[in-house]
Amino acid sequence: MATSARPVAPAASLTSAGGPTSRIQVTVNGRSVVAEVEPRTLLVHFLREVLGLTGTHIGCDTSHCGACTVHLDGKPVKSCTVLAVQVSGREVRTVEGLEVDGKLSPVQEAFVEAHGLQCGFCTPGMMMTATALLARNPNPTDAETRDAIRGNLCRCTGYVNIVKAIQLAGKKMQSASSAPGGKP
Amino acid sequence: MIPPQFEYYAPSSVDEAVALLRRFDGEAKVLAGGHSLIPLMKLRLAEPKALVDINRIPNLAYLREEDGYLRIGATTRTGDLLDSALLRKSYPILTDAAQEIADPLVRNLGTVGGNVCHGDPGNDLPACILALGAVLAVTGPTGPREIPAAEFYRDTFVTALEPTEILTEVRIPKARSHQGNAYQKIEKRVGDFAIAGAAANLVVDGAGRIETAGLALTGVGPTVVPATAAAAALVGEVLSETHLANAARLAEAATDPSGDLRGPVAYKRAMAGVLVRRALERALARAKGGS
Amino acid sequence: MSAQVPSVKGGIGQSILRKEDGRFVRGKGSYIDDFKLPGMLYLDIARSPYAHAKITAIRTDKALKVPGVLAVITGKDLEAAGLAWMPTLMSDKQMVLPTDTVMYQAQEVVGVVADSRYAAADGAAAVEVDYEPLPVVTDPFKAIAPGAPVIRTDRKEASNHIWHWETGDRAGTDRAFAAAPVSVAQDLYIPRIHVSSMETCGCIAQMDPVSGRFTIWMTTQAPHAIRTVFALVTGLPEQNIRVISPDIGGGFGGKVPVYPGYVLASVASIKTGRPVKWIEDRSENLQADSFARDYHIHAEVAAERDGTVTALRVKTLADHGYTDAAANPSKFPAGLFHIITGSYPFAQAFVEVDAAYTNKPPGGIAYRCSFRVTEAVYTIERMMDILAHRLRVDPAELRLKNFIPPEAFPYRSALGWTYDSGNYGAALAKAMEIIDYAGLRREQAEKRRKGELMGIGISSFTEIVGAGPSATFDILGIKMFDSAEVRIHPTGKVLARFGTKSQGQGHETTYAQILAEELGIPADDIRVEEGDTDTAPYGLGTYASRSTPTAGAAAAIAARKIREKGRRIAAHLLEVSPDDVEWKDFAFRVKGVPTKSKTMQEVAFAAYTNHPPGVEAGLEAVDYYDPPNMTYPFGSYICVVDIDKETGQVKVRRFVAVDDCGTIINPMIVDGQIHGGLTMGFAPALLEEIQYDENGNIHGGSFMDYLVPTAVETPNWETAKTVTPSPHHPLGAKGVGESATVGAPPAIVNAVVDALQPYGVEHIDIPIHPWKVWQILHAKGAPTP
Ligand SMILES: Cc1cc2nc3c(=O)[nH]c(=O)nc-3n(C[C@H](O)[C@H](O)[C@H](O)COP(=O)(O)OP(=O)(O)OC[C@H]3O[C@@H](n4cnc5c(N)ncnc54)[C@H](O)[C@@H]3O)c2cc1C
Ligand code: FES
Ligand code: FES
Repeated sequence: MATSARPVAPAASLTSAGGPTSRIQVTVNGRSVVAEVEPRTLLVHFLREVLGLTGTHIGCDTSHCGACTVHLDGKPVKSCTVLAVQVSGREVRTVEGLEVDGKLSPVQEAFVEAHGLQCGFCTPGMMMTATALLARNPNPTDAETRDAIRGNLCRCTGYVNIVKAIQLAGKKMQSASSAPGGKP
Repeated sequence: MIPPQFEYYAPSSVDEAVALLRRFDGEAKVLAGGHSLIPLMKLRLAEPKALVDINRIPNLAYLREEDGYLRIGATTRTGDLLDSALLRKSYPILTDAAQEIADPLVRNLGTVGGNVCHGDPGNDLPACILALGAVLAVTGPTGPREIPAAEFYRDTFVTALEPTEILTEVRIPKARSHQGNAYQKIEKRVGDFAIAGAAANLVVDGAGRIETAGLALTGVGPTVVPATAAAAALVGEVLSETHLANAARLAEAATDPSGDLRGPVAYKRAMAGVLVRRALERALARAKGGS
Repeated sequence: MSAQVPSVKGGIGQSILRKEDGRFVRGKGSYIDDFKLPGMLYLDIARSPYAHAKITAIRTDKALKVPGVLAVITGKDLEAAGLAWMPTLMSDKQMVLPTDTVMYQAQEVVGVVADSRYAAADGAAAVEVDYEPLPVVTDPFKAIAPGAPVIRTDRKEASNHIWHWETGDRAGTDRAFAAAPVSVAQDLYIPRIHVSSMETCGCIAQMDPVSGRFTIWMTTQAPHAIRTVFALVTGLPEQNIRVISPDIGGGFGGKVPVYPGYVLASVASIKTGRPVKWIEDRSENLQADSFARDYHIHAEVAAERDGTVTALRVKTLADHGYTDAAANPSKFPAGLFHIITGSYPFAQAFVEVDAAYTNKPPGGIAYRCSFRVTEAVYTIERMMDILAHRLRVDPAELRLKNFIPPEAFPYRSALGWTYDSGNYGAALAKAMEIIDYAGLRREQAEKRRKGELMGIGISSFTEIVGAGPSATFDILGIKMFDSAEVRIHPTGKVLARFGTKSQGQGHETTYAQILAEELGIPADDIRVEEGDTDTAPYGLGTYASRSTPTAGAAAAIAARKIREKGRRIAAHLLEVSPDDVEWKDFAFRVKGVPTKSKTMQEVAFAAYTNHPPGVEAGLEAVDYYDPPNMTYPFGSYICVVDIDKETGQVKVRRFVAVDDCGTIINPMIVDGQIHGGLTMGFAPALLEEIQYDENGNIHGGSFMDYLVPTAVETPNWETAKTVTPSPHHPLGAKGVGESATVGAPPAIVNAVVDALQPYGVEHIDIPIHPWKVWQILHAKGAPTP
């Protein structure tokens, strides 16, 4: 259930005075937010500039790099190629929503442990894609893992350790769910 | 890169959407997955006055066999094609193609309708629907009509669709027994648009003789290229090395590629031949019950 | 029971997890675009569609009418302030904005400042400029030919020739060639490529009109040098300038130069009195920021009949674009290109380079490598294969026969470099063993009989990094030292600051490990900071794999200075004479009575609470380390490729990289650096390239067709190490961040050419696109016997 709507000031840093705006309601990381946005506002700018969720990055202008990856109703998408008005009434999850109650998610832990990041710029998007992959397939092969992240470019790591991190996260999730007290 | 300003509408029915398109008299664009349109708008290469978002129209995203057709609703995501067991079994060409389109993130939003309507010669689905002999169901101010896929593509970014029309469904003749099809694509880097791609659809009789054949090519002309002569030459034959070579040659002759960073003209043309051959071999194996 | 080697938690050689990752995996990194200051404005830039044109009119009235737009800046405005041009590091000059002529496509023409990002974009789109096209030169050979249109009419010389540089013994080399029984020659082109760090460039400039304080947060790899350059260019007093380099999303050399956007944002802030943010789009980054490579090389190798190499002769034309803005702090205009004799003891060598202006943006920055080392290594490692091919000997054998032997170090090359240490044969032997070289050759012979194309390629590179000794390296006169400032707090915790700047290399972890090892304090208790010129000691920044060789050394030496003072405090606490105290096994111990000891933490507390008479309170030290020599990392890489004969597609099946970077501080981080470096070597070998057509239009100017590798094509890198410490570095460490980028391309190209040997192929220029392979196979039809 969405929590009570939290009104947000108009996207002052995005829109200029005078342009027509639309009112949207979006659930972001479990919290409902309401805002006035210009129709052309890109979701990534809405998240970063209006909501201050700067973990979602921008690495290109042609929808190729995946640095902006967020979950839209559970599926990873490139938030630079979605209009904020399109997601009204829907659920968005960003990297800031991965950590639960101060505990890193298995994917976050595994990226640290397997050295799956260097500059960290691609990392939030990469982890969002990884999280979605593991939800469907907790035990991906090398080839499946590489194919799943083909829309997320990393310039630093050479991918080897990202693949390892994702597979490690899958193992963590499986052992957590089979451990006593874990989710069935 | 920031798109220019526009008005945004999210109609809840096809009729409402068509009415909006009419109201803007060609200056509004349909927004489906947005994964071709929004990048163009960011580059300010497209500056529509208004966007008509068809994603909130109920019952436009589906995939089912009904009344002799495989029917795919316009807003079905290309990623959904990949997940369909029905396609994997009976229309594997669409699974092949979906796997080749961009990347999983793009496929989670990009739609079948958008891929079909965009008119980019690099889009992968047009060759498939041409090879499959699909029909496109569209609705405009005067109501619905059907356009055979073979008549849909006119030129780069130009289709038979009127600016006030919306594609609602792609209709693919229901798969028959002994039908096999495949899509083959090569690219410089995974997820890139094709250097060349080839779609092949075959129906064979019990003796392995080809009853019907459909062939079309991606990326080797101003628009998707139907390889009609190559397909026609296969009908009635039991596929042999000679037929494959002949089909490849005829397909190459149908191409009209332009040289660019993906390769010079001669290379692209030759690749069309190579891929036609590979697609045919694959399609035939599938028609005979292989995978 | 084996004796336990004493160690400190997080010391050298341990693969501890990175300190920086906690913020990055939470999405809490602070990259430039994440900052938002009160009242902040946004800058966007209108750019030239022409590669060479006269500006006949600029109309900004429409832009100024866009709601939210507050100001525009043109070249004329800058000219009035004396800022239309700025100096480059190579004593050339570069336009901030053109006053009358644009010289490359996508050049900055008008800056637009608005109260929002979207309004600034709208404003830039509304700027109108009239151009009168001028003749375009994009081919450097044509540029220096007589009669070519002169691009830089602002210069005295009416020519596009920038400079000629040569080194080595021309006559001796010519004689060696004349006497040689065997020689090979080849033209090689190394095209323009772009570093494409995942974060583009950007800044926030803030001029406080009241205090006169100017602060700029910017994506720079060298904040201190930038501060000084800003002071020199603008005349602002240096103490009033503060440069802050926040978290950086990859640099690779692309964030060394000063780009016009930084200057425009600064001018805009001065003009408006408000902070101004400029963030580049990816396409702007690819089209207008400095490029790497663009070297046209003609190389020749002379040898004895048995394959012993004797002489190397190289003639190169360098395309620098419209200005020589190379990020090259050496005294040599072609950077370190004369490392080109590589791993081999050439008795004679001669290298000459000419540089040309063309209608392209400035070239000559690095792409994850030291200044021109990649070009050098590519050339020599390709030439060794061409020689092996000509002599019909195995390329591994030819290399093993020729390597500079381990006992020859320190080795002085024919072109004047003194290699510190090396054991080249060991690295190659290890790579051959891991990949089963003999087995691969057997498999290849088998495949060739069946007509299949498989190739094996080797590269045994020698790098040169760690700029550098002040005799040969400086930036505008500032020597290329680097620094560490280490402070131990009373509770034994450490704050250490450095003049370098990490862009993902993990300095917060690596430096802490060096200090942990030297101070006996766990790495967890050490906090590392960089990037703020108000707090960090002066340094020249991070590029060219120089951080460990310079600032890493400074850390060790600063720690040793602290230890020296600590010894006196420990003696006071232990009530013995300082001469009787030694630092051993991570504690101050009484000589001969090792159990009588004091830890660094105890000493630190005493330094503030109970310091001995005659000794200053506190426990801290600074070191500015000016390295006595460069470090020379090396390695041997072996690559196996399979080629699809019908399509020309190359697949890298295996790639084994044996690296030697001397002492390894964090093996996990070193491996990560190598994985990344290999991928940035793979990319230009097979995918990346920026081209210009005759009209100067850029091809490959966005991620649509500038093809950065994805996880799918990128090979599953296999890495291994040999360890040959640097004799002159305090820890024995060499740089490692770039070795793989330098070493990988020739291994890949050698493998492809090796696969095509049956067709008599000797060379293919990079990037090896499928169509290039297909054209060769198509033209040759069948293998030549
Ligand atoms: C990085 C990247 C890589 C890509 N690689 C590939 C690739 O390899 N192969 C490939 O095939 N595609 C590729 N694409 C394109 C992608 O598949 C797009 O999703 C597709 O071309 C358009 O579908 P869409 O739903 O996103 O359409 P939109 O972008 O929403 O629309 C595209 C056009 O079609 C019109 N339109 C859409 N739906 C309808 C409708 N129902 N009725 C009438 N008009 C309609 C729109 O008005 C617009 O003109 C790539 C895209 C990106 C961003
Ligand atoms: S920012 Fe690059 S894909 Fe979205
Ligand atoms: S860690 Fe730097 S881009 Fe991936």
